[in-house]
Amino acid sequence: MNTAIKVENLSKIYRLGEIGTGTISRDMERWIKMKVLKQEDPFLKIGETNDRAKKSKSDIVYSLQGINFGINQGDAVGIIGRNGAGKSTLLKILSRVTTPTTGKISVKGRVASLLEVGTGFHPELTGRENIYLNGAILGMRKREIDRKLDEIINFSGVERYIDTPVKRYSSGMYVRLAFAVAAHLESEILIVDEVLAVGDAEFQNKCMGKLSEVSDVEGRTVLFVSHNMAAIKKLCKKVIVLENGHISKHVGVSEGIAHYFNIQKDSVEIKDIERQLEMIDDDIIEYQTVKLVQQNMSVFDVHNDMEFKVEIRYKIKNRVTGFRLFIYLIDKYDAVISQTFFDEDNSSGTAMNPGEYITEFVFPPNLLIEGMHKIKVLSGLHDIRMCEPRDGININISIIETGLLRRKQFPEEYRGLITLPVQVVTKISI
Amino acid sequence: MDKEATEIHPEWDLVIEPQNSLFELHLKDVWRYRDLLWLLVKRDFVSFYKQTILGPLWFFIQPLFTTIIFTFIFGNLAGLSTDGLPQPLFYMAGITAWNYFADCLTKTSTVFRDNAGIFGKVYFPRLIMPLSIVVSNLVRFGVQMLLFFVMIVYYLVQDETGSLFHPNIYVCLFPVLVLLMALLGLGLGLIITAMTTKYRDLAFLVSFGVQLMMYATTVIYPLSAAPEKYKWLIELNPMTGIIEAFRYGFLGAGVFTMSTFGYSVSFTLISLVLGVVIFNKTEKTFVDTV
Repeated sequence: MNTAIKVENLSKIYRLGEIGTGTISRDMERWIKMKVLKQEDPFLKIGETNDRAKKSKSDIVYSLQGINFGINQGDAVGIIGRNGAGKSTLLKILSRVTTPTTGKISVKGRVASLLEVGTGFHPELTGRENIYLNGAILGMRKREIDRKLDEIINFSGVERYIDTPVKRYSSGMYVRLAFAVAAHLESEILIVDEVLAVGDAEFQNKCMGKLSEVSDVEGRTVLFVSHNMAAIKKLCKKVIVLENGHISKHVGVSEGIAHYFNIQKDSVEIKDIERQLEMIDDDIIEYQTVKLVQQNMSVFDVHNDMEFKVEIRYKIKNRVTGFRLFIYLIDKYDAVISQTFFDEDNSSGTAMNPGEYITEFVFPPNLLIEGMHKIKVLSGLHDIRMCEPRDGININISIIETGLLRRKQFPEEYRGLITLPVQVVTKISI
Repeated sequence: MDKEATEIHPEWDLVIEPQNSLFELHLKDVWRYRDLLWLLVKRDFVSFYKQTILGPLWFFIQPLFTTIIFTFIFGNLAGLSTDGLPQPLFYMAGITAWNYFADCLTKTSTVFRDNAGIFGKVYFPRLIMPLSIVVSNLVRFGVQMLLFFVMIVYYLVQDETGSLFHPNIYVCLFPVLVLLMALLGLGLGLIITAMTTKYRDLAFLVSFGVQLMMYATTVIYPLSAAPEKYKWLIELNPMTGIIEAFRYGFLGAGVFTMSTFGYSVSFTLISLVLGVVIFNKTEKTFVDTV
């Protein structure tokens, strides 16, 4: 088998926080140490592993550290890992958007990368004009686009609007057209970043079909980053699991996915919750575990297109009446967004016998918006007292956009924290 | 594909490494992406049209009104010399040339900031973007030159004695002058945009600096009218030589010497090389700092 991509000792460091004052002097310091005193890059030494949840001592982190792997020609390889594990950095380096700090990547064949669909689309230009522009940005020559124009328009399924400015397109049409251009790139290696999570189900299937065709029939190499494990399973035979900037597994697809869920299970969030549970000493309730569960697995990166549960296991020590379990969704200023408790219709409170219980709070899909959220778990006796310190048990959830609900493109201040089940109806008024 | 890469590593098509040599400019890559350059120019032109009612008329309005105001303020109120040329013609020549340079400079100086989105998502030779800006502005410059020619014809017809102005053989330098203005604007713009990715302060300096620089260039007064004491300062400005040569060729008035012209040429070439090298070095990591 021929190697298509060989990655040797690849690292990338980032500087955290504001880049501003002090950079000139630090640049000078670095330059003098490296060029005049012939020392190692001073910034490389103070780096540490990139664990997003831990507050770092220095402001330099390794986004990738000492990565080595090889990919054979014609393989479809998935890259998975938690948020911030280094997937995007790896893709950016492979697509030459940024350079590595150390190491070397050797590639055989032309690389086309799709970190985003529709890069460079101009709203004022027509669909046809944008095909040319976008194709050229992705590295196609005009002749090549001429030759494939019909095929691209056909695949996109927006023939009728091809001479209309794309600002009049629906977002679905926009994405169809953009993906159609990208799918017709002639390259030996295709790098795809989570772009499939847009468009309707039919179009998603079409995209997946095209990608499998690219790897199975045409024998091209595909690197595919996704949070959608079903898509990874369908498309890839091997996966690379990234964890805090390291490769923790480079194995067959089922083993890799199992490992990915295991990483989440052993994460710092679990330890943090355990620590909080240990501190609660109450004569009514004893918490056993508090978990976020999605697809029957314990997770912390929650995919927003599927329902997830907050599962609480606890022991009731003495018979009580009026016992209530609450969860609060709170924002970053600790303001309560919503409150839910398990017997909202029963104001007097139910009686509970001693024993072990499981309570699940089930969140519907597409409720929380992409980003970090906080949930608080509290319990109490109705009108009497709370069972744990005022602050409750804090759980951090990181929501990943995987479905149709796309809010990431908006600035944070416009996104909000949750979506309401509001229906939008527009009619022509008479 | 990448010639440099295949020469050093024959078995690979592309090798990605941390810091390449300062002079590895990937100019071959730029050539390969020439279609993109034209499409970007077309995009700029079409999108400019589509959002306006007056469309390309806007190209005329700005220089026309500036000329009127300059004629009124500097010509009539302040009574500055115009080397014996009709005032509107004198100002128009200066403004048309200066605008092209200034547009190239200010627009290229924000390339990284304006295109951070695209640059962060897809690779293509970054130099294509500033080049497309310079070419797009050429279209606008061409339209403004038309207006200038119309004025020349008007004064030719009016001027029965034929003593007002005298176009001469140096008019042939025109294409060279345009190239010089483009490259000078490009070179300086590239230096500034590369520096602004790290040190933001420069961005504030540009728009205001360009405005001030106009007064240190012979746009509203001829070099011959500059006070002896400060003449060297004005001649130090590379645009002075270019604008003087421009006026001298078309209108026959101005100070044109080989030394000032040679100075402008060398200044342009040095800033261009410097600009391209710095830009090239910055493009590799700017995504991380911007």
